[in-house]
Amino acid sequence: MLRYVQLRLLTAIPTIVGLSLLVFLMVHLLPGNAVDVMLTQQGATAQQLQQLKAQLGLDDPLWVQYARFAKDALRGDLGRSLFSHQPVLSQILAQFPATLELTLAGMAIALLAGVTLGVLAAVKQNSWLDSFSMVASLIGVAMPSFWLGLLLIYLLGMKFPVFPVAGTAGWRSLVLPAVTLGFNSMGIIARLTRSSMLEVLRQEYVVTARAKGLGEAVVMLQHALRNAVLPVVTMVGLQFGYLLGGAVIIETVFARQGVGQLVVTAIQQRDGPLVQGTVLFLAVIFVLANLMVDLSYAALDPRIRYQ
Amino acid sequence: MQVEQPLVAPVALAEPGLARSRSQAAIVWGSFRRNRGALIGGAILLALILLALLAPWIAPYDPLQPAILQRLQPPSPNHLFGTDQFGRDTFSRVLYGGRTSLWLGLVAVGLSVAIGGFLGLLAGYYRGAVDLVVSRVVDLMLAMPRILLALVIVFTLGTGVTNVMIAVGISGVPDYARLIRSSTLAAREHVYVEAARVIGVPNWRIMARHILPNVVAPLIVVGTLGLGAAILSAAGLSFLGLGAQPPVIEWGLMLSDGRSMLSVAWWLTAFPGLAIMLAVLAVNLLGDGLRDALDPRLRAR
Repeated sequence: MLRYVQLRLLTAIPTIVGLSLLVFLMVHLLPGNAVDVMLTQQGATAQQLQQLKAQLGLDDPLWVQYARFAKDALRGDLGRSLFSHQPVLSQILAQFPATLELTLAGMAIALLAGVTLGVLAAVKQNSWLDSFSMVASLIGVAMPSFWLGLLLIYLLGMKFPVFPVAGTAGWRSLVLPAVTLGFNSMGIIARLTRSSMLEVLRQEYVVTARAKGLGEAVVMLQHALRNAVLPVVTMVGLQFGYLLGGAVIIETVFARQGVGQLVVTAIQQRDGPLVQGTVLFLAVIFVLANLMVDLSYAALDPRIRYQ
Repeated sequence: MQVEQPLVAPVALAEPGLARSRSQAAIVWGSFRRNRGALIGGAILLALILLALLAPWIAPYDPLQPAILQRLQPPSPNHLFGTDQFGRDTFSRVLYGGRTSLWLGLVAVGLSVAIGGFLGLLAGYYRGAVDLVVSRVVDLMLAMPRILLALVIVFTLGTGVTNVMIAVGISGVPDYARLIRSSTLAAREHVYVEAARVIGVPNWRIMARHILPNVVAPLIVVGTLGLGAAILSAAGLSFLGLGAQPPVIEWGLMLSDGRSMLSVAWWLTAFPGLAIMLAVLAVNLLGDGLRDALDPRLRAR
């Protein structure tokens, strides 16, 4: 197991280096653009522009700039925002807990509701419960999260004010955003759990367990669900990334603090270093989350480790 | 016409030479026709596209012309979906919005399919260095949540309908590149490809005539399912204020406008959102049906 962990950690490094290069290149595809825009608006002359670019190192070749960026990034320095002049990393770290909280709460709701719906649908295959949960998952996948958020705000925040409609204070303000965020993944997880469960229920060990007279609940939970949940675990990594990205939109819907708000504002203000830092940060978090999912998968299924 | 349950593999559908014989097409059509969800999805999608195309003729009001006396009216026979704070008719705006939103999704997926398909074809056919480069870039793009990829591209290119098409299109490229690469790797091992190469058929011609027909079926299925995701991403970017800009009418943008009026005019958010959901639902049902019809191995489920 330790060998597997080491191997898997090593493979994450080139991915992270590659991501930094990819994000850097995309942001610098139009070199100096943001600086040009900002300073021309402030009435800078062409000469001043040139001076500042030289000062910031923006007229060096791209690879020199990347090397400098990578060197600083390794020391935890992602540069400074063009607008607030605050260090990018400290801005991100100030906002990230709120985003992580939302993402994890969304994930918890999606998993809990999704697995429950999926198991019920599989156990009572072709019943009304099955149809209901499959229709719910179809709608869950098709529903724009920002629309669902607005509907929930209208119904549970304005018509029947049960929850606050905006803000980041207290657990009550987390309920609506988390449900909104998790709804789509719930649908996907429910469908996956159902088909995986149906597959497992046909296996011989389930038949055996029943034949030796174990109670239905024990068969379902200990024999069937434990095996059926493996593909769901793999899905969790993917869904985590999806939810992290979804949080960007949900934060805007609910006017919540978070990295999403940060990146959207940064894009609107054409704040290159902040966009680059935030996107890279979230991408690295996604890589690390997938890494953890892989490791927990190996812990759940011993066969993986020996491959 | 009586349709037999097919025993042939799905690949046979596109086998060059005996390509698309009547019976094969009939089998696929038969399976598709019996899939109620796919038919409903196809019908809704067709209806939405027609409504969008015919908007200039069927919209009861000018979608951009303010009418101050008609401000913020709830849905009524005169204004089916009510009016906004400028007195503009929401129904007319939803019809026109479909032109942008559906077109955005279609072009974005078209771009993903074209670029991703091309790269996948090259990687799978030539293998070696080309494959190495394409696969590494694809892996990197997949190592990033898709919306982030789209956001960075929007940052680089700027906002607007065209740039969102490109952003959503490029962020979908890795899916198709990966799919077509693996289908191509399988297809290039066929004897007739070998034969074509031996008699000196040029590479581009082998790819176009012998490989491409083999990879079309999965491409159609994944492309259809991808259309729903593309419509959602594009509307999401517009909702964030990073996509379509006024006076362009777009469903995501309408939602973002309606957000500030939510407490007084629910209809401004209800109907554009419903339109997005219907479109995505229709596309997904259609995609599921196509997958079942084109891939008999999945049909039993």
